[in-house]
Amino acid sequence: MPVVIARDVDEALAALRVDPKAELLAGGTDFMVEVNFGRKRVDNVIAIDRVRELKEMSIGGRVRIGAGITYSHLLRTGAGSVALAEASRTVGSPQIRNTGTIGGNVATSSPAGDTLPVLAALEATVVLRSSSGERRVRFAEFMTGPKRNTRVHDEIVTAVEWDDAGPWQTFLKVGTRNAMVIAVASLALVVDRTRRRVGVALGSCGPTILRPTEAERFATGLFDEAGWTRPLRLAQSAQIEFGRLVGAAARPIDDVRGTAAYRRQVLSVIGGRALARVGILV
Amino acid sequence: MRLRLDVNGGEREVEAREHESLLTVLRDQLALVGSKDACEQGECGSCSVLMDGELVCSCLVMAGAAAERDIRTVESLGTAERLHPVQQAFVDAGAVQCGFCTPGFVISTVALLRANPEPSDAEIKEALAGNICRCTGYGKILEAVHRAAGEHR
Repeated sequence: MPVVIARDVDEALAALRVDPKAELLAGGTDFMVEVNFGRKRVDNVIAIDRVRELKEMSIGGRVRIGAGITYSHLLRTGAGSVALAEASRTVGSPQIRNTGTIGGNVATSSPAGDTLPVLAALEATVVLRSSSGERRVRFAEFMTGPKRNTRVHDEIVTAVEWDDAGPWQTFLKVGTRNAMVIAVASLALVVDRTRRRVGVALGSCGPTILRPTEAERFATGLFDEAGWTRPLRLAQSAQIEFGRLVGAAARPIDDVRGTAAYRRQVLSVIGGRALARVGILV
Repeated sequence: MRLRLDVNGGEREVEAREHESLLTVLRDQLALVGSKDACEQGECGSCSVLMDGELVCSCLVMAGAAAERDIRTVESLGTAERLHPVQQAFVDAGAVQCGFCTPGFVISTVALLRANPEPSDAEIKEALAGNICRCTGYGKILEAVHRAAGEHR
């Protein structure tokens, strides 16, 4: 079975049982690069891009996005999250967004995966299915390192879920172009005014997606003070302090895309900017 | 690996390597060399085709997973005698220098104008961000898209 085209999740799971080492192919935007460059030894492939169940989504209340939903589709529908739609728009190019999927981003678990800081800030849950049933795991516990996660061989990522956090959120990304760029650093900020919670998550600045918990606490204090139903007029000193705490939580490295020092600086700036932008929204 | 692909409105049977990309099958097996082979990693857009009406990089599509998809390459748009309006607009605007990226730009423009018949400069730039012209002839390309949009109306 060099390439099996699965029509539903059960068919894909059955094929995985036959060969637990088979590779799951969704949009192929990461996978095929590895194949084309001979960096990946591939035997059997299970294409899951036509599985209807993976293309279902429901928005509002408990948001559920099927793993097979493409970035283009997220953009068209609003994604159930402003920040997720913003992140989707920064992915690659129209060609990449038309094929790449959120499930692929999750399962690939690159620290530079654009949707991942958003999922972390939303405290999203990853849904996985195997022939023995369904399993839910918080994104924070799902991704364990660069391209490493707790998915086991006989499982398929089927969806991501979170509680609708309202419109007070954003995603910011820095790279060398507006398009076709792997993030030098990225940040998602969610201010859930209903649940009185601030979620911040950082991409491309550590082995996994990081949560700057001190910065989150600091921002929570600002909203406690200003009132959760009122616009937060962020003082410059508070913006700088929030940015500093964001930058301090990063664990960046020097690499081809940027230095650790630059990444920290970028995170401080976009962190403060994100809080100022989102804070005034009510 | 024997494959059946639906290319430019006709069913084609090809012999492909196991995990070969759609791009190399189009070029090497079907002699549809309008789709160009450059980066093989989805960066340059010169291999762009329409698959079920959506713009994709054929280098990132596994041929074996593309059965039953409606694949349209640049060859399906026009002929040398009767150019597609987008192709004609590229000629008229002088938006072709070395020409290597042109088929990809043309396909991307066709996809753009189907979704948005009167795009602004900003919308054109975002829609064509996945196509690279190494001659850097972007000004003329922008002009060509506007011309094609005018024809479209």
